[in-house]
Amino acid sequence: MSDRLAPDPLPRRDFLGLAGLWTAGIAIVGSVLGMMRLPKPRVLPETARKFRIGRPEEYPVGSAQVVPGQQVLVLSEAGGIAAISMICTHLGCVVSKTPTGFICPCHGSAFGPEGRVLAGPAPSALRWLEVSQTVDGRLAVNADREVDPGTFFQA
Amino acid sequence: MSTHGFEAFADNLRNLPRTLKESIIRHGAVVSDRARSQAVFSNLFLHIHSTRIHLRTLSISATFGLGVAAISFFLILLATGVLLMVYYTPSTELAYNSMKDIHFVVPTGRLIRNIHRWAAHLMVIVVILHMCRVFYTASYKAPREFNWLLGMALFICTLALSFTGYLLPWDQLAFWAVTIGANIAASPRELTDALGITKVFDVGGFQKQLLLGANEVGQDALTRFYLLHVMVLPIALVLIVGVHFWRIRKDGGLGQPDANVTAAGKGAVDEPESGSDPASAPTKTYGLMCVVRDQSPATDQTPGDTVPAWPYLLRAELVVFMACMLVCVVLGMIADAPLKEMANPNVPENPAKAPWYFLGLQEMVSYSAFMGGLVIPAVAVVGLALIPYLDREPEPAGVYFSGALGKKVARQSLVFGIVAAVLAVAIPVNFGWLRNWFPGIPQLVIIFVNPGSLLTLAYAAWSLAVGKNTNSTRMGAIALFTCFLAGFVIMTYVGMNLRGPNWDFYWSEADWPVH
Repeated sequence: MSDRLAPDPLPRRDFLGLAGLWTAGIAIVGSVLGMMRLPKPRVLPETARKFRIGRPEEYPVGSAQVVPGQQVLVLSEAGGIAAISMICTHLGCVVSKTPTGFICPCHGSAFGPEGRVLAGPAPSALRWLEVSQTVDGRLAVNADREVDPGTFFQA
Repeated sequence: MSTHGFEAFADNLRNLPRTLKESIIRHGAVVSDRARSQAVFSNLFLHIHSTRIHLRTLSISATFGLGVAAISFFLILLATGVLLMVYYTPSTELAYNSMKDIHFVVPTGRLIRNIHRWAAHLMVIVVILHMCRVFYTASYKAPREFNWLLGMALFICTLALSFTGYLLPWDQLAFWAVTIGANIAASPRELTDALGITKVFDVGGFQKQLLLGANEVGQDALTRFYLLHVMVLPIALVLIVGVHFWRIRKDGGLGQPDANVTAAGKGAVDEPESGSDPASAPTKTYGLMCVVRDQSPATDQTPGDTVPAWPYLLRAELVVFMACMLVCVVLGMIADAPLKEMANPNVPENPAKAPWYFLGLQEMVSYSAFMGGLVIPAVAVVGLALIPYLDREPEPAGVYFSGALGKKVARQSLVFGIVAAVLAVAIPVNFGWLRNWFPGIPQLVIIFVNPGSLLTLAYAAWSLAVGKNTNSTRMGAIALFTCFLAGFVIMTYVGMNLRGPNWDFYWSEADWPVH
């Protein structure tokens, strides 16, 4: 018996066919994966969310005022001034101020006057935002920077 | 005899109407049943029907025409949707004004928009009812398991189309619905935050950015939802519907209660007529049927039980379609689709309510965003999808509730499902929940132990108990499906009628506090 008649482990033609098929398969899967990269932007279309809120004198000790046009409450105590985000940590609705704290109109989360969760589905306390003072003496809130709850800014 | 030159040309010209018609329609005049059969199987659009159908297919109570109604509403939505696209502009600045134009300026714009909106609502309703019909008649069983899965996919497509549709007007409802929807997508953060791993593994943030193209709702979000609504989802739905229809035929048409039931999964006929002469096949209707799984009408029943699809089935479908059109047009003339104030990112509506079919979800989300918005819906969908694979008892398709025992189980499960769902709402309303009792409780406990997840567990336990007591997986499945249905209805009702400002509980809208 000549070795030409011995069975080939994998005939050349089958090998080439399989190689072609796998190459096509990998190319297609690779292109699809590559295309799926597109919907995830590398740079997000966002504007800086730092805004001025006026002079410290406008916030007398003991006051709690909502900044017009912003979802931020400015709290003024003896220890200084703080800004609490009014965006609900549950699903992003804007909470409203009540005598006892905050309440969310969408799913009923209730927060204390300093943003601690009292009831409802919110997973965490309202965020406290960074307060700073610009060179002209006015206060600014940066909605992109979170600070630890209880951090008051001394003007 | 052959003609040449100009003569041939003149002949061809004279015969043009006939040759054109023959090139399009290959069968002859439709004068006999056989000709009608040939018409059905030689036409791309008609051949989704078998050439002959069982008489039961025409019986109203067998299907209530719900599947045909669903596709009818979809066709109405396609037609009206294309018309609305003529004027609608997917821009955060112009979308609302283009809706106003469609409503107040464009000729018939208001009616077309109303019809679009009503057809969307009705499609959701009939898709749910269609699913109930298929489930309660055991029509999901082998060999139809995969078609049940396709049906689930179509259900999800329908809801996704509704969701992406109602935010296009960019009014208050739209804006806050996208905000809430995107934050539900981000809600795995609740879990990763509680575990402290959000920095390294932020699947919630990834999903949200994929949906919005940003961290906040804006132009990119509207563009993406518009793309999904007018392109991606309709194409997906059409493709899946195509396979869904094809599988109905391949799986043996409408289930027949009197068909001989073979062991589960053995619906396929044995190697079909392998010895027969292929040349004789075209003249025999059953020659076409031989590759069909399960009992096909022509192989197992006397010809007296079957009628040609043309005209009987086509006529029935036309009746359903016309009825759907009529309902949409009448409702569209009576009731206007709502358009709220323009989107205002600073002030959500109070209460901010989703459309009715998502209010059950909103009620669940008001317990926990991650559990109610993602985990429980996912568990429900996976649970429903697995039913045909876990319940494989051989059984004739087409008997509602599979007989007297099934009716009893369904009745008891309905009562259990309603009572459990009412308790799940009533206890937190009256007594508060964990956070009211133990203010310092860890967040992980809050996430997992909530009325929604307890309700889901109760339903699962109930259906397991029913399955064990009756020693039947079919009865367990009936219990589970009925419970989920009861829960869906109760939660939807509560969200729709009993929730007021701040998602507080009110017996009637008249009790809402006045602002």
